[in-house]
Amino acid sequence: MLWVWIGLGILGFLLLYGILVFNRLVRHRNRVENAWSGIDVQLRRRYDLIPNLIETVKGYATHERELFEQVTKARTRAIEAGTVGDQAQAETEITRSLGRLLAVAEAYPQLRANENFLALQEELTSTESKIAFSRQFYNDQVMRFNTLIEQFPSLIVARLGNFTQREFFEAEEDSRGAVAVDI
Amino acid sequence: MYEQIARNKWRSFLLIVGVLVLAGGIGYLFGYLFEGGLFGLVLALGIAAVGSFSSYRYGDRLVLRVSRARPASREEYPKLHNVVEGLCIAAGMPVPAIYVIPEQAPNAFATGRDPEHASIAVTEGLLQMMNRVEFEGVVAHELSHVKNRDILVGTLAATLVGVVVLLAGWMRWGLFWGGRGRDRGGGNPIILGIALLAMIVAPLGAQLIRFAVSRRREYLADADGALLSRYPPGLAAALRKIGESTNTMQVANNATAHLWFSQPSRAVGEGHSRVERLFSTHPPIEDRIRALEEM
Repeated sequence: MLWVWIGLGILGFLLLYGILVFNRLVRHRNRVENAWSGIDVQLRRRYDLIPNLIETVKGYATHERELFEQVTKARTRAIEAGTVGDQAQAETEITRSLGRLLAVAEAYPQLRANENFLALQEELTSTESKIAFSRQFYNDQVMRFNTLIEQFPSLIVARLGNFTQREFFEAEEDSRGAVAVDI
Repeated sequence: MYEQIARNKWRSFLLIVGVLVLAGGIGYLFGYLFEGGLFGLVLALGIAAVGSFSSYRYGDRLVLRVSRARPASREEYPKLHNVVEGLCIAAGMPVPAIYVIPEQAPNAFATGRDPEHASIAVTEGLLQMMNRVEFEGVVAHELSHVKNRDILVGTLAATLVGVVVLLAGWMRWGLFWGGRGRDRGGGNPIILGIALLAMIVAPLGAQLIRFAVSRRREYLADADGALLSRYPPGLAAALRKIGESTNTMQVANNATAHLWFSQPSRAVGEGHSRVERLFSTHPPIEDRIRALEEM
């Protein structure tokens, strides 16, 4: 009889532990999801800023039509992208062409004196760095989640609960570095 | 990080206990010497308890007020807001209230009790002097203080020690009037004794601050800040600029010195006085830069 109780006790303990670990895994997975949507928020902010920027720059830098089109096209592609890979590619294109556009704008003194442009430039620069920061946060969360899944004994619960590793966001041509150089 | 948070909560607790004991001791002595019975003890404990509670709840406002900080609007300071928001995204923490201090010396501090109730204040001088990367370094350092609850200990220390020093001041005042009014012959040596005690209370308070806010926390915040901004050279460059700056702080005082990003020296030449050294709350800037460069 005693052994039955001890067995039940151990079983109960294991069950309780399993529940705790399971909840922890769920919490971490949600954090990863949340961090992922945090990146989206910043990307959308950039989509919103682009038309404003082009509208402002258009009046001054009339010779840069090609560049405007490049940015606009990349933006449309990013918004309409079906897969994550496509979107990532389009975002890279946005980062690049936007960087070029802002660099070109530097050559127009009137533009540099335009308050609207300066405000937009500040917003875009900081949105770029916020995108980088939100990716950094996402990667931090993924690292924690993945570590939890790989570690013993939470590994067992993760297997049973079908928790799978998440992928890191690999920075394309480190956008963070580009921001640092910009200023 | 979690260990630091736990340690800071424990320190805050000890700090409050320390202040209660100190205040209680003074009050008891006061009552004993003036035959007021336990009244002095009760009064002092009451004041210290109210002081502890209010410095926990409202200490940040007091510190901000004393430093003449005013809220920084998004329209007026877009860059400041953007940098703080960006780093908060990276740290996964709520954006604190943002303040600006009209002061030319480059410096900054954070206050509050936890990330949900936190404020960050920077001087105008810092905004003007630093480029974006350097500025990010400083803000990241301050946000690390917020995240690991250094702000709780720091704010408690700043405001509670204010209470103790206030009590000490009152006691001296009470001695002066009470002692004379009663005109007790032979009381003089005792009164002299308390006067001496009152005089050591302020340094004792300073000691309390030093106990509570170890200088190591600055290195830790530098390291955490560098991890957050992913760019140690930015913070190092900011420290170097601050080290070269000759502007002196007007709004910092001994009670708040430990809160600032870099040790505020009040005037040239004053930096080496005994009191200043007693309140020396930061490691030397060169050492902090060296630590960052080794990362």
